[in-house]
Amino acid sequence: MSAQLAQYLLSGITIGAIYALVALGFSIIFNASHVINFAQGEFVMIGGMTTVSLTGTGLPLPAAMIAAVLLAALAGLALEKFAVEPARSAPVVTLIIITIGASILLRGLATLVWDKKLHTLAPFSGSTPIEIAGAALLPQSLWVLGVTLAIVLALSWFFGRTLLGKAMLATSNQRVAAQLVGINVRRVLLVSFGLSAALGAIAGILITPITLTSWDVGIMLGLKGFAAAVLGGLGSGPGAVLGGLVLGIAETLSAGYLSSAYKDVIAFVLMLAVLFFRPTGILGSRSAERV
Amino acid sequence: MISWLASPRTGGLLALFAVIAALPLALSNNYFYEVAILVGVNAIVCVGLNLLIGYAGQISLGHAGFFGLGAYGSAILSARFDWPPLAALVAATIGVAALAYLIGRPILRLRGHYLAMATLGMGVIVSIVAATEDGWTGGPDGMPVRPLSLFGATLTGEGAWYCVVGALLVAAVWLSLNLIESPTGRALRALSGSEVAAEVSGIDSARHKVLVFVISAVYASVAGSLFAHYSGFITPSKLTFFHSIELVTMVVFGGMASTYGAVVGAAVLTTLPQLLTVFKDYEMVVFGAVMMGTMIFMPKGLVPSLGGLVETAAGTARARRGVR
Amino acid sequence: MSLLRTEAVSKEFGGVCAVDNLSFTISPGMVYSIIGPNGAGKTTLLNLLTGIYVPSGGRIFLEDSDLTGWAPHEFAQAGVARTFQNLQVFFNMSALENVMVGRYGRERCSLATALLRTPALARAERAGREEAAELMRFVGLAEWLDARAEAMPYGALKRLEIARALATQPRLLLLDEPAAGLNPAEMREIGQLIGKLASRGHTAVLVEHNMRLVMGVSDHVLVLDYGRKLAEGTADEVRRDPRVIEAYLGRATKTVH
Repeated sequence: MSAQLAQYLLSGITIGAIYALVALGFSIIFNASHVINFAQGEFVMIGGMTTVSLTGTGLPLPAAMIAAVLLAALAGLALEKFAVEPARSAPVVTLIIITIGASILLRGLATLVWDKKLHTLAPFSGSTPIEIAGAALLPQSLWVLGVTLAIVLALSWFFGRTLLGKAMLATSNQRVAAQLVGINVRRVLLVSFGLSAALGAIAGILITPITLTSWDVGIMLGLKGFAAAVLGGLGSGPGAVLGGLVLGIAETLSAGYLSSAYKDVIAFVLMLAVLFFRPTGILGSRSAERV
Repeated sequence: MISWLASPRTGGLLALFAVIAALPLALSNNYFYEVAILVGVNAIVCVGLNLLIGYAGQISLGHAGFFGLGAYGSAILSARFDWPPLAALVAATIGVAALAYLIGRPILRLRGHYLAMATLGMGVIVSIVAATEDGWTGGPDGMPVRPLSLFGATLTGEGAWYCVVGALLVAAVWLSLNLIESPTGRALRALSGSEVAAEVSGIDSARHKVLVFVISAVYASVAGSLFAHYSGFITPSKLTFFHSIELVTMVVFGGMASTYGAVVGAAVLTTLPQLLTVFKDYEMVVFGAVMMGTMIFMPKGLVPSLGGLVETAAGTARARRGVR
Repeated sequence: MSLLRTEAVSKEFGGVCAVDNLSFTISPGMVYSIIGPNGAGKTTLLNLLTGIYVPSGGRIFLEDSDLTGWAPHEFAQAGVARTFQNLQVFFNMSALENVMVGRYGRERCSLATALLRTPALARAERAGREEAAELMRFVGLAEWLDARAEAMPYGALKRLEIARALATQPRLLLLDEPAAGLNPAEMREIGQLIGKLASRGHTAVLVEHNMRLVMGVSDHVLVLDYGRKLAEGTADEVRRDPRVIEAYLGRATKTVH
């Protein structure tokens, strides 16, 4: 394998893991509430920016990270409680506008609380690249991949083995039936938003040492994570991960071999292709419509 | 006489015309004219978009793309190819209509969230291309646009532009109202009511969805071309996802399935950011809060909600008088 | 000559055979009922006969034309109209407009005419309104002529769907459980309406659970069970058929204490 190809693949998997985390957040919320949360990217931003500012005040990195994730989770809970819950039965268009309004609100708050500049974090374990197959792998990338893998494993344990996780799956499948067997659907919704926000925040923290962060970093990351979720199959956890990785690799490969100016377009071209030919995504089920 | 005045097509149009004719009395300087013209341009887009979202029950998160294509089409054809501006406008409109027709078929097979995502993706792709192909479009910094000239006379000055945009808005509303009341309009509304019932009543739903998609794209394109010539300059910021959302919010805020609602929505949400500059740093926070608040508390939109209030008040008054 | 004919029509959903090798013929002018226990495939069959489902096998003929695989709106334009078991009324329109939609398949207007609202179009619209009002009176909805669909009660909405179906000037009218949810008085009225339709020469196919209605109006009855034809004949013949009794009620010899 050429060194260049290996390089592209490595950076592709790294950014792909971030997209996967954001996509997981989208899928979890979509499953629970059938809402596309356009504010998902802002949770990524909150994770990175909060960590940066807290470490700036002297707080040690681990504490800052935990605080950042908690803050994002809180924002997610607030979003569900005050914006999504009251508009539960509104049409799709209305819900979309509400979450987009929320994302604008959060970005506005970010410019007030922090600023409009780019910020960075020190890499967690230094910046000496590791050589693999002629390509240079940043230690931070190992953190990204490692943490993402741990999260994916934790989530599959959560959804597969714990009562709350199974309750969430049940709600996404058949809400009324879930209510009838005593599942507190409202709590499930809250947990979904909080969990997704936490996932986004973790992604934001992990990637900041590599790609920096700022008040508007959530826009593109959110949209691309969203494209990754669609690619893999909206509502499918494994699909989100697969979609994220595929997207990340496709992006770096096309930027390297085709055109770097159009790097951002790849995500949307792939999303459109999936929507045209297999709307339920790579791993989504083919649904049958009944009248 | 009363029923003639009360009908949206006649009385409503008269009222709109009266408002547009009388407004200059309140516009004391060029800045206000500028805002009014911007309202008019947005209103034209929204009237078309409302046909798609409100009446036909579809959705588009990428209409800024059509707006921008009209704007850049006019700009590029008139500046780089020396076309007469009017011919450029017509050509750009035809081009946008053709594009909307081509992508309409595959995209409108999707529904709900999937349709929203597809139109979003489409809009983002157009905006990225516009920002990247700087040879054609001047890139992220944009490009200048030649003034609009009609039969030798150049259109300059806020007053002249106000008249042109105002007249076109009235025309746009008139066409839209005609369409809604026609059998074709009923077919579109039927699609929104129950697609399967519309189909078994003989309506080719796919064809009609594409039709209304193309019509709304044409409205947006014409408005875009006008805007380009008016402001003398066009940048990719007018094609962004954010602008698409602004347009959808105007339509939903004013009231879906209400042509005048679309105009009102455009008016309110175009002037709001101007008012919000007072807030300076808080502008985004307030705008986001307004978007969320109106959708949560007035999900039907402004005009239908107000109309509902009026109806309830009238009903209560009638009940009090003992009339059924 | 047959009006509607199916030849070994079947529909499969991922291994489940909802309709299995079904062949039957409907002659013009008759009232034909399709009955069967729940899950027998009645609504699936109706969806097949209106193009909403595409058959997995077999063919569907309307007189001489092979309609297999056509889109729903093409079925409608060929002359097949239907009502729905769960109402599919256009609640965003008035009652009259609901019925006027039915006319659209017959009489399209060009885009230019629609946008400009020519005097000819205005005239056609007035004629359309009159025709729709006439249909509403025919089905017994005279008091709802000025109403919005969302203000009408359930029984009236069922008739509104029938009026809308009639507006397409169909050769074949498919009614999906027209009596569902109606009280006995309303059911008698629906029975009278179907009788009125029959006397005007309309061909109607009823999918129904209500035996009294079925026995009262039908010329011919088809009994489905598990998607297959169980029995066919006049109402009386079918009622006495032991296989039909067994399918609905279970074997007579089974006793439970």
